[in-house]
Amino acid sequence: MAAGLDPAQGLGGSAAGGRRRIGGALWRRPWLKGLSLLAPPIVFFVGVYIAAVVALFVYAFWTVDPFTSLTVHTWTGENFRELWHGATYHDVALRTILIAAAVTLTDAIIAFPFAYYMARLATPRMRAVLFVLVLLPLWASYLARVYAWQLILNQDGLLNWLTAKLGLPPANLIYTNTAMWLVFSYIWLPFMILPVYAGLERIPHSYIEASRDLGAKGSRTLRSVILPLALPGVVAGSIFTFSLTLGDYITPSLVGGPSSQFIGNVVYDSVNGAGNLPFGAAFAVVPVLIMGVYLVIARRLGAFDAL
Amino acid sequence: MESRRTRIALGVWVAIVLAFLYLPIALICLYAFNRSNVQSWPIPGLTTKWFGPAIHNGEMQQALWLSLKAAVVATVIALVLGTLASFGVHRFRFFGRDAISFLLVLPIALPGIITGMALNSYFTYWKVNFSLLTIVIGHATFCVVVVYNNVIARLRRVPGSLTEASMDLGADGWQTFRYVTFPTISTALISGGLLAFALSFDEVIVTTFTAGAQNTLPIWIFGQIRLGQQLPQVNVVVFLILAVTIIPVAVAQRMTRESGILRTE
Repeated sequence: MAAGLDPAQGLGGSAAGGRRRIGGALWRRPWLKGLSLLAPPIVFFVGVYIAAVVALFVYAFWTVDPFTSLTVHTWTGENFRELWHGATYHDVALRTILIAAAVTLTDAIIAFPFAYYMARLATPRMRAVLFVLVLLPLWASYLARVYAWQLILNQDGLLNWLTAKLGLPPANLIYTNTAMWLVFSYIWLPFMILPVYAGLERIPHSYIEASRDLGAKGSRTLRSVILPLALPGVVAGSIFTFSLTLGDYITPSLVGGPSSQFIGNVVYDSVNGAGNLPFGAAFAVVPVLIMGVYLVIARRLGAFDAL
Repeated sequence: MESRRTRIALGVWVAIVLAFLYLPIALICLYAFNRSNVQSWPIPGLTTKWFGPAIHNGEMQQALWLSLKAAVVATVIALVLGTLASFGVHRFRFFGRDAISFLLVLPIALPGIITGMALNSYFTYWKVNFSLLTIVIGHATFCVVVVYNNVIARLRRVPGSLTEASMDLGADGWQTFRYVTFPTISTALISGGLLAFALSFDEVIVTTFTAGAQNTLPIWIFGQIRLGQQLPQVNVVVFLILAVTIIPVAVAQRMTRESGILRTE
């Protein structure tokens, strides 16, 4: 025992001794130590998060009595039948998915050249600066950024002012699907740039030299070497851009029109407006299933190693 | 290797994207000083007259106070659980190890309405009244992963020989933690904590499902924008939030060079 080095000695020998006995016991049984470290987070996540998702699925199969507004705890597929036969819900779901896909594609196209410059052309100093410049908007208030776009796209906002100056007809983008696509692409762009950059940075320079030595032109190297190797990064970024768009209802209600509802808007309204929690839960199951399929495909494409 | 023309084109692209990223943010800051109470472009002139009423707005102050309380408690929970999980996953090899990382990232990778709706169902099932506690639980679920990612990235970079050396020199487990491990991860903890705080302070989608009738600051702002009420004051509040959140995030970034949510190395 290196007692002379023990700064905790003043606390009394017995406390330190007890501590050592516990330490020794844990040292001899590493599984016990692992368990005591992991038990609290696992209990919290299983007890709260997983249990909550289970509750979501359970509610989805319950209904609300239209007269008493009380939840009827009888298993039925009524909510899903209503979703399946309601043309409005098809439109809402389809709109949500298509805009989420369009946003993902747009962000991938914007992000790739940007990330390429960051990873392969920028000096280390410049790279660090760009990294921070991409990161800051990601953490800057979400509502502030949506609101800024509302001000830009408004009837008397910056965009219409610009088109008027250029002698063009007013763009009038506010309260349209185009506005939602634009704002979502803006909001989630950093989520795409960062993983694509990480993916590109991992490609060894020698691969590109080898491709060149074998006679490939720049475009061929890009297509056959860089793009396939960068794909996991793009897919990792797409998980965020797709999922975050899919689960949003704030942006649609601020810049989308009355006929621009997202799945989230219907879910929110059925809980907080109509008091029909089971129906909201049933509709929320739709994005769970979509994301389930998406994550399985993403895993196949190696996105999880890039996450 | 890239041709000169490609390089110039890429450079121009980077400049355009940066302008795209920052123009709306710059604009919202400008509107905070808008002299008119009509939010149109171009603004007629600059003033600071809205700052006073905005800061003294009682509803806003209450919402701010609730947001601060929720963010502090959620951050503390995230620090404890995130650190424990990162040590457990880093030190031990066991079946289902990857599942834990996956479990932690789920609340942030799944769409916000799912987390919100799931928690809402859960609380309703147990007849839990919406309160500060329900907000905090919701925020903690997606803040843990931020701390976890920061701490585990640091642990991976610190050589295990440091702890071994400490043990060889006679330190017990606690002393090794206190004098060797903790100092090496302390900046990762601060950074993770700051980011978790920023995430909680700004969250709105999950919160609208777990807050009941309470207003956090983002919910208050959302309500005002949607109804188009007190917009000059909202502009000021939004401007102040931007200014205040940029600081912890910049500090966190300097400390760890991590992005927080996404692993970038």
